[in-house]
Amino acid sequence: MSGRLRVNPIACEAHGMCAELLPERITLDEWGYPIVDGERLTPELIDHARRAARACPTFALLLEREEEGA
Amino acid sequence: MSAPPSLTTEAWSLQTPMAAALPRILAGIPDHGAMDLDSHTAVHGPLPPDHKRRRRVESPLIGRIERARLGGRGGAGFPTATKLRAVWSARPPARGRAIVVVNAAEGEPASLKDRTLCESLPHLVLDGGELAAQAVGADELIVCVCESASASIRAISAAIAERDRPGGARARVRLVAVPSHYVAGQESALVNHLNGGPAKPTFTPPMIFEQGVRRRPTLVNNAETLAHIALIARHGSDWFRQLGTPAQPGSALITLSGPVAHPGVYEIEHGASLPSLIEAAGGTTAGVRGALLGGYAGSWIGKELMHGLALSNEHLAAHGASLGAGVVLLLSEDACPVAETARVARWLASESTGQCGPCVNGLDALAHTVEEIASGMAASRATQRIARLSSLVRRRGACGHPDGAVNFILSAFETFAPDFQDHARHGRCEACVSAELPLPVRMRDTAAAHELARAS
Repeated sequence: MSGRLRVNPIACEAHGMCAELLPERITLDEWGYPIVDGERLTPELIDHARRAARACPTFALLLEREEEGA
Repeated sequence: MSAPPSLTTEAWSLQTPMAAALPRILAGIPDHGAMDLDSHTAVHGPLPPDHKRRRRVESPLIGRIERARLGGRGGAGFPTATKLRAVWSARPPARGRAIVVVNAAEGEPASLKDRTLCESLPHLVLDGGELAAQAVGADELIVCVCESASASIRAISAAIAERDRPGGARARVRLVAVPSHYVAGQESALVNHLNGGPAKPTFTPPMIFEQGVRRRPTLVNNAETLAHIALIARHGSDWFRQLGTPAQPGSALITLSGPVAHPGVYEIEHGASLPSLIEAAGGTTAGVRGALLGGYAGSWIGKELMHGLALSNEHLAAHGASLGAGVVLLLSEDACPVAETARVARWLASESTGQCGPCVNGLDALAHTVEEIASGMAASRATQRIARLSSLVRRRGACGHPDGAVNFILSAFETFAPDFQDHARHGRCEACVSAELPLPVRMRDTAAAHELARAS
């Protein structure tokens, strides 16, 4: 399985947990909102991404699954 | 394309080569008030009959709209046939049949075309709405009109009543007034409002063609798009394509304002030149600095490029511009482009619905930086700050509002670069006090609200 990260900007309240848990792919802007690159996640980051998505207090970080080769 | 057998002589006369000429949409538009159903039928002929077809056979109208290459007229220009097809082929869930929404919210302050259509030619809009409803298998048509457009509300209400007779309307039709905010006309905001929520955009998925109003498949089309559908259904795609450019056939409604003798709504052929439009409006009344195309999400064209400018998206793309919802706004030489940009940027920031962090914070910071430049108080790296903020705002909202605002600000920077540099160094100029670009006065139109209360 592979996947991409997406932020629901309406739900996001800039808690910043995601950037703590997945600094490899998420940075925060000057107001504390996450900047995700939308690129496909490498397999070794998938578990970290899932953890970051689960940790979001407002469920604003989405891990969108993709089938291999999709 | 052969004409449907039911066309009247009036409609036949429109099938002559002359019929390809302008005006099409604005044919017979009354000087005052709305065109009633009888006059409308005399000008355009009756609605083509609804051919019985098997349940899962696509309406021939969708193919016609596709061959006409009709693009949406709400600003994005998305292919209309693709949109209809998506709603038609969304399997009707147990929740019920599809719903069609006429979008005449027109939150763009420099656009008057949807208002003009609703208040003067309501039957053309309703024709298009009913035809689209039939094509996608909808049984309900909801006309969304801006709450401040009292004449539109009156005319649409009267037209709905006129069509409410045996064999009249082909779908249940109702009128809903929507708040007069800039973003209220965004599709998901409209659907959210119709579902009892605030008129603010929502996050997708779900896509509204699958789950929109009352979770039914929903088609949202701009009022002008539907007016074109009403004519394509009568005259066919070949007729439609006799005007315009290969990539953008047909005609378009343009709201022209600024220093011209007769500002207003004009119907042009796509690809017509900007000078010919200005000439049709009686010429300019002052020197012109540039033209804003596509409204406050659009782009500026400097004076030096205006002369040979063709008004079609394939030509405008070379200048990073598009017609958007058909707005052409001229800025006079008496105005200061820097002060105007600051004013509009502040307004755009205030029109954020406050839902997405990057939009709320980014547009405010952008407006602040432009204001600093305009007053000569900016830090030396203000230009880099604008670029940085723009990249932080783009594509990070739930809707296109932040992207449109950034587009407008960056385009002004580029087109009027010497003015911005001048202001950064020396502060305000004499022209800064003039405020030319139109912005809405926030005032609830109580008359319109009363009308609606009585109508419903």
